[in-house]
Amino acid sequence: MATDCFFHPSLILIAGALVLPLIRGPFLKPYLFLIPLLTFGQVVYLSFSPGIYGQVSFMEWSLTFGRIDNLSIIFSIIMGLMAIIGTLYGLHVKNCWQHFAAWFYVAGSIGAIYSGDYLSLFLFWEIMAFSSTFLIWFNRKDTDSQAAGFRYLLVHTFGGLLLLMGFVLRYQATGSIEFNLLDYENAQIYTWLIMSGLMLNAAVIPLHSWLPDAYSKATITGSVFMCAFTTKTAVYTLARSCAGFDILIYLGVGMAVIGIIYALLENDIRRLLGWEIISQVGYMVAGVGIGSALAINGAAAHAFAHILYKGLLFMGAGAVIYCTGRSKLSELGGLHTNLPIILVFMVIGGISVSAFPFFSGFVSKSMIIAASFKAHFNSVAFLLTMVSAGTFLVAGLRLPALIFFGEQKSDFTDALPESKIPWNMLLAMTIASLLCFAIGTYYPILYSLLPYQDISYQPYNQYHLSETLQILAFTALAFFLFHKKLTAVAGTYLDIDWLYRKGGTIFQWLAEHPVQWFDTLWGKVYRVVGLYSLMTTAKFWSWFDWHGIDGLIDGSARGVKQFGTVIAKALQRGQIQYTISFTITFVALILLAFIWL
Amino acid sequence: MKQLIDFFKDHPTLARLIFFGTIGGVVIWSLTTDTSHGHSWVEKHIPAFWSIFGFISCLVLIFFARWFSDSGIRKGDDYYGD
Repeated sequence: MATDCFFHPSLILIAGALVLPLIRGPFLKPYLFLIPLLTFGQVVYLSFSPGIYGQVSFMEWSLTFGRIDNLSIIFSIIMGLMAIIGTLYGLHVKNCWQHFAAWFYVAGSIGAIYSGDYLSLFLFWEIMAFSSTFLIWFNRKDTDSQAAGFRYLLVHTFGGLLLLMGFVLRYQATGSIEFNLLDYENAQIYTWLIMSGLMLNAAVIPLHSWLPDAYSKATITGSVFMCAFTTKTAVYTLARSCAGFDILIYLGVGMAVIGIIYALLENDIRRLLGWEIISQVGYMVAGVGIGSALAINGAAAHAFAHILYKGLLFMGAGAVIYCTGRSKLSELGGLHTNLPIILVFMVIGGISVSAFPFFSGFVSKSMIIAASFKAHFNSVAFLLTMVSAGTFLVAGLRLPALIFFGEQKSDFTDALPESKIPWNMLLAMTIASLLCFAIGTYYPILYSLLPYQDISYQPYNQYHLSETLQILAFTALAFFLFHKKLTAVAGTYLDIDWLYRKGGTIFQWLAEHPVQWFDTLWGKVYRVVGLYSLMTTAKFWSWFDWHGIDGLIDGSARGVKQFGTVIAKALQRGQIQYTISFTITFVALILLAFIWL
Repeated sequence: MKQLIDFFKDHPTLARLIFFGTIGGVVIWSLTTDTSHGHSWVEKHIPAFWSIFGFISCLVLIFFARWFSDSGIRKGDDYYGD
C-alpha cells in the first residue's frame, strides 16, 4: 500500500527543521512535539508494508532510500520513539538551532537505517556526523566543548573516509553499491575498510575514545540524543553487513570489559555513562559477531531496550547537572533530599541496564548471553555475565550512591530545587521509565518487532530468574564490602584518545627538542665546515676567474687588438703599390693552400 | 522516597537484616532450583554457582580497576587543559 505513496520519514524531520526557525510564540512547543510524532507515525505506518521503496536512478547507479524489512523496522521504530522522547525532554530549550541540529541528526539515523545502498547510506551517515557536532558546540557552559566538537568531527570524518574508501573499492571490484551482507570467507581490503568505518560509529575498540569525550561535552539535551542514535545506527549497519564476522565477538567482549572498568573509575557522570554505552554496545557487537538468528534478535532487542534506559540515565544525569551545575561525582553526593524524583528515575534506569527482572535489560541482554552459550562460545558468555555484574555495580549502585547518598561534597545552596525542573523533562523521564518497565514486564511488545520471528526465547523461567537474582545479590554484597574502593577520585583517566589529544604536544616537543638540536648542530657544522670551505672555494674561483678566465679572454682580446694594430700599420700605409702587392700575395697564398691541401 | 531512606538510616540493623536476609533467601532458593537447564558443567554441578561467580566477578573487576587506575592512567583533572 505504501509503494505508490512512499514518503521518507526523514523528510518530515528535515522539512520540519527548515521551517522551525519561522515558528514563534505559543505555536513553538506544539510544533516541536508534532514533528517527531508525525515522523514516528510514518515509521510505524511504513512498518506495516515491508518492501523496497524510494528507488532513484542517479548517474549510473540505482539508489534505494526505503528498504523496509524486519531488521530496519525495529531500529527505525526505536529511533522514531526516541526522537519524541528526546524532543520532549528538550522542549524548554529556547535555542531553536539545537532542535534543528537534533532533528537533522535523527533524520540521518532513520535515513541510514532505510538505505539500501552505500551511496545513500554515506549521505545520511555524514548528515548524522555533522549535525550531531553542533549538539556539542552549542554547549556554551563548557569551555572545552568547541575543541571537543572538532575532535568529534575529525574522528567521524576519518570514519566516514574509511567507509567511503571501502565501498568505492568494492564498487571497483564488484560493480555493486548494494548495502548487504559482506562476504567474510573471501574478505578483501574493502571488507575491512567498510567494517572499520561502521565500527568507528559503534565505538568498537580501538575506535571508541570519541564517545565519552563527546557525550560529556554536549548540551544536556544534546547528550540525550547522542546516546541513542550514533552507536545504535552503527549496530544496525554492522548487523546488516557484518553478521557472523567472528572478529566482532572478541572486539565486542573487549568493549564490554574495558567499558565497565573505565566506568568503575570515572568521575564525570556523563563520561561514566558514556563508558557504559561502550560496554553495552559491546554486547550488541558480540551478538552481531555470533551472527545466529538468536544473537541478531538479541542485538536488536538490546539496542531497543538500551536506547530507552540509557536515554533515561542521560536524562537523569542531565537533570542533576541542570539543578546543581556540577557533573563531577567528586563534587556531588547526598542529593536524595534535594532530588528524590530524579533518584527514582535514575534507579529505574540503573536497574533496567542491570537486567533486573521486570525491567527491560532482563529480557534483552540475556538473549545475547544465551546465544553465546548456544553457539558454544562459553568463555564469551561467562565474560559477558561478569560484565553484567559490573554493570549493576556501576549503574545500579556506584552512580546513585555517589550522586544521591553519602555526604554532600559541595555547598548546594545555589542549586535549583527539584520543583524548578521543567515539566517536560519530568514527563520525558516518566515515559522512558514506564517503557523500561513495560518492556521488561510484557516483553512480547519488544519480541514482536524482532527480525527473526521463528526463533522462540523465553526469558522468564526459574533457572534464569535464579541466576540473575544470585548475581545481583552478590554484586550488592561485594559493593557493600568494597564500596570504598569505588569512590570518586578526581582525575583524568587516560585512553587511546591520548594519542591524538597529546599528539600535537608530542609533535611540538619533537620539533623543539631533537629536531631543533639537530638543526642547531647542522648550523654549526655548516658555519665551521661548509661556510669556510665555501669561502675558500669562492676565493679560488674568484682568483681563477680573474687570472685564468679573464686573463685568457682579456689577453686574447688584447693580443688581437695589438696584432690588428700592427697589421693595420703594416698593411695600411696608404701607398697603392704596397696594398696591391700584399693583396696579390695573400690571394696567391690562399690559392696555393687550396691547391695543395 | 526521602522518608523511606531516612527510616532505614534510623534503623541500620533492620536495613542490614533485610539486606542479608534477601541474599540468604536468594541462595537458599537457588539451591532448590533445577539446574539441569544450565549451559555448562559448572552451572549444573556447583551449588549456588552464580552467587560465587557474581561475587568473584565483582572482586576481579573492582581490584583490577583499582590496579589499572594506580598503574599510571590516572592523571590530573586538567591534564588536557580542559
